[in-house]
Amino acid sequence: MIEIRLHGRGGQGVVTAAELLATAAFLDGKHTQAFPTFGSERMGAPVASFVRISDNPIRVRSQIYEPQHVIVQDPTLIGTVDVFAGLKAGGLVLINTEKPVSELKIKGSGNVVTIPATQIAMEIIGRPIPNTVMVGAFAALTGIVTMDGIRKAMAHKFKGDVAAKNVVAAEKAYNMLKK
Amino acid sequence: MKKVTEGLKAIAETVALCRPEVVSAYPITPQTHIVEELSVIVANGRLKCEFINVESEFAAASVVLGASVAGVRAYSTTSSQGLLLMAEVLFNMAGMRLPVVITDANRAVSAPINIWNDWQDTLTIRDAGMIHLFAEDNQEACDMHLQAFKIAEDHEVMLPVMVNLDGFILTHAFDPIEFPSQEEVDKYLPKYVPLEKLDVKNPLSFGLMGGPDRYLETRYAMAETMKTCPAVIRKAARDFNQMFGRNYGELIEEYKMNDAEIVLVSMGSIISSMKDVADELRAAGKKVGVLKIRCYRPFPVEDIIKALCGKKKAIILEKALSIGGVGILTADIKASLYGQKNVPEISDFILGLGGRDIRISDIKAIVARAEKENVKGEFYGLDPKLVEEMDK
Repeated sequence: MIEIRLHGRGGQGVVTAAELLATAAFLDGKHTQAFPTFGSERMGAPVASFVRISDNPIRVRSQIYEPQHVIVQDPTLIGTVDVFAGLKAGGLVLINTEKPVSELKIKGSGNVVTIPATQIAMEIIGRPIPNTVMVGAFAALTGIVTMDGIRKAMAHKFKGDVAAKNVVAAEKAYNMLKK
Repeated sequence: MKKVTEGLKAIAETVALCRPEVVSAYPITPQTHIVEELSVIVANGRLKCEFINVESEFAAASVVLGASVAGVRAYSTTSSQGLLLMAEVLFNMAGMRLPVVITDANRAVSAPINIWNDWQDTLTIRDAGMIHLFAEDNQEACDMHLQAFKIAEDHEVMLPVMVNLDGFILTHAFDPIEFPSQEEVDKYLPKYVPLEKLDVKNPLSFGLMGGPDRYLETRYAMAETMKTCPAVIRKAARDFNQMFGRNYGELIEEYKMNDAEIVLVSMGSIISSMKDVADELRAAGKKVGVLKIRCYRPFPVEDIIKALCGKKKAIILEKALSIGGVGILTADIKASLYGQKNVPEISDFILGLGGRDIRISDIKAIVARAEKENVKGEFYGLDPKLVEEMDK
């Protein structure tokens, strides 16, 4: 079973990103579970969400404490929230930032990759919501979900122009990072 | 075909498939999305239904009570303080034998203010005369609504049913959900036929005075129905399984119980994690089983006796308590087993109150603790610093 933790701030679509990853994995033929941290969410407050993906049915209902991978949608959380907490060895830490890794005050260890997701979202979608870009980048780096699954998941979640633009944004990130 | 859906949205979709003719509810965390989704479904004309906006849960319960008296299928949903505000009406609903279905997104009760999960809300209302069902996951929660209407409206039952699912843990989780078709639901759950209703052509009164000469008998009749309705609840589960191919047990579900020596007992979403623990401990050579209580009222005394007698140890995990008394589930289980032969040793733990997360490691630690000695009503996971602070 693969466990993923997503960090961000209220309003950045952290829960939607988890939902998209779970839906994409499900459409890829996997068992999935996604859920937010449970609280009185408000704009700007640190929030987290969680995704489990497995070849077998998933039962466990606790939060995720030892993720294989972490997605950080807001770099200003680093230092405030321990985004590296419990990260498994060799795990990916995907961070939305325009800065190079060396300029981030990172204390934890992990395979840190950055992508200017807010910038890409502004260019393509016209709104500073980085979640779909991050999801595309995550697919490229890990292969845990397919880009095709993400396209279909977005078609489920969004409609019309919004769906189309988010797919373009995710694809841009996917193509930037796909080796 | 399955679709990844948020628990609350999946329940709203399922309730719509049950074709209630009146819905009235007041939004409260963590139940809000059910009300929002249902109002959208009604506004879009997908469901022919009166969606009645109200100013409180007391009014919501009163509206669905009135609708049910008028002879239609009626539905409401709430949580925590909202359920407590409904309390007076719920006793009336049950006493008037009205088959309303209410979803409770289980949440702690104030004070302190806490919006997170435990069972204090629903278990505080256990004596109202409603049937209480508990879902383990979101698919079961959805499917349970079809069964709930079927049980409530059975002329042998005619009691309100509360469908319980753990707030946030299930309500806000996205899981792949299989939705039945409208035709399938209509076949399983035909149109509600009231026994009696308010009708100008055949005037009747409901909810009248029952003085010392007849109150005792009306309550006796309810208690008797609670004794006989398990047959209806079992049949609803079996018929559902036959039609939809999904089986969650009837009044209880037994997981790896045949040769179990240690039995973990609880309700709701924690059961899933307990099943993982049972598998893990079995791999290490411990014979652990899980007993899931699916129907809490009526309490499945016979099933509990059959499942637990002859086992070495029962470990009860409770997400509520009767302060000044003992764990609520524990009291029911101990009362069921009194006077029976080969009763297991019982340890019971209070945990997870107010949304404290319960990890696999916590459940394993509880098993290890109960293996050492029998404990009674022990609070698991207390922070010693906070305990000391509150002692001052």
